[in-house]
Amino acid sequence: MKKVINQTPGPIWGIFLGLLPLILIVVLYAAASDARLLANPGDKLLPGFDQMWNAFSRMALEPSKRTGEYLLWVDTYSSMIRLLVGVLIAAILGMFLGILLGSLPYLNAGFSPLLTVTSLVPPLAILPILLIIFGVGEVSKIVLIAIGITPFIARDIQRSTQNIPREQLIKAQTLGANSVQMIFRVITPQMMPKLIDAVRLSLGAAWLFLIAAEAIASTNGLGYRIFLVRRYMSMDIIIPYVVWITLLSFLMDILLAKLNRWFYPWHFKEQAKND
Amino acid sequence: MIEAKNLFKYYGKQSVLEKMNVTIRQGEFITMVGPSGCGKSTFLKMILGTEKPSQGKLLLNGKSFPNEPSAEIGVVFQQYSVFSHLTVLDNLLIVGRFKRNKTLGFFAKGQKRPFVEKALALLEKVGLDNVLDKYPHELSGGMAQRLAIAQALLGEPKILLLDEPFGALDPGTRKDMHKLVLELWKELGITIVMVTHDLKEGFYLGTRLWVFDKANHYSVNKNQGSTLIYDLPIGNNEPELYRELDNRIHPVESFIISQSAK
Repeated sequence: MKKVINQTPGPIWGIFLGLLPLILIVVLYAAASDARLLANPGDKLLPGFDQMWNAFSRMALEPSKRTGEYLLWVDTYSSMIRLLVGVLIAAILGMFLGILLGSLPYLNAGFSPLLTVTSLVPPLAILPILLIIFGVGEVSKIVLIAIGITPFIARDIQRSTQNIPREQLIKAQTLGANSVQMIFRVITPQMMPKLIDAVRLSLGAAWLFLIAAEAIASTNGLGYRIFLVRRYMSMDIIIPYVVWITLLSFLMDILLAKLNRWFYPWHFKEQAKND
Repeated sequence: MIEAKNLFKYYGKQSVLEKMNVTIRQGEFITMVGPSGCGKSTFLKMILGTEKPSQGKLLLNGKSFPNEPSAEIGVVFQQYSVFSHLTVLDNLLIVGRFKRNKTLGFFAKGQKRPFVEKALALLEKVGLDNVLDKYPHELSGGMAQRLAIAQALLGEPKILLLDEPFGALDPGTRKDMHKLVLELWKELGITIVMVTHDLKEGFYLGTRLWVFDKANHYSVNKNQGSTLIYDLPIGNNEPELYRELDNRIHPVESFIISQSAK
């Protein structure tokens, strides 16, 4: 008998073991829901799968009686735009700041402490300020996402820039490179896959800020909808929406991971080598 | 060409190099050996421009060395010597980008083709012309080092520094690399300064062998630095001397070997 530490599951066992907890959760939920609905058919707390499916398809496929819009798609569209614009701004700013601070010691000495302090400000605490300054429109939500994750991305890129082997920068200089060329030809391309990794890691936080901002001040969006129907205890809408949001962020994560492997094969291989 | 005048280097109280007085002439191939921590790499870094002498002068063609790496000096390190995000060919083309254009490094019209041809010719010489589109992580250690050497040479440096470039290679590959370096050195007439921990390598390559060590092992002063204790023209050295040097550089190893021989 091998030591437990050395026992690894085969591919089929691996998939099965990965699915097992999910299946268990679904089965447990179904059992609990059935039991409650049996006792009280009007129960709202644990809706059955058919109820959730009905509610979800109503949101997705039938126009709203009040506005004539297909609510799920309108919500998804406005949330995704806010999220993507916010994340894009954060990625560009974070990359820019991170590379400059990471590669220029003078800038680093001047701004690194500020960046550290900024990253410690809880973004949700300044949401009221954003609402006052930018109003309750789209801008305040996008700014919240950008402010929330830029410091994280910037610090991650700053650290990765500083971790580029010194030898490479020395070598570039012996080949005649100046500072601008080193930043654009050596540092920036090597930071691109790191940026994608950093964005992947900050997606969770971006969703958090998005939903919080939508819950507080909005007229549409996935977060708005969840908090709106909470008033009617519509678990049959909330749960599918949560699953839908999870699915969206899962797909975004996979897409970014694939992009990284596709565009920057050297990054992936290098990591495998180092691990 | 390179001249060290009464050169000292210390870090705080710890002295690393003491009283170095040497001259390197154009076209020489110098190999530096010595026990670890003897300052041979420090000397290399001073030529490279990443370390400054604490005292004394280090001159390149009569002028003080710049305090940062420059295009006059080429270098090959033991690792991280090539750009991991570029293919083999791009690793050479980037040299042209750095040199031709002082802003972002785009080739001007008509500049690229001649440079590509030059790069291809060099790659053929080092035997990498069949892996142009591979990334460095896909190359073996020896191939990566050949790429690093080709890249450094394409920069047309006056002096090429080799910092234990073959330390991580297996003996067979190392032998091939020795041949390649000697060929390129003879052909280009370039000055080479190389650090190695392998005395045999030091003897085989090069026109001069420098041995670094503390001048007096039994000195009371623990902070005493190293200096050049041998400066040998290579070609007529007796085995006795080789053994003595080997003993100085690897005291423990040779002790073990002599013990096990008994």
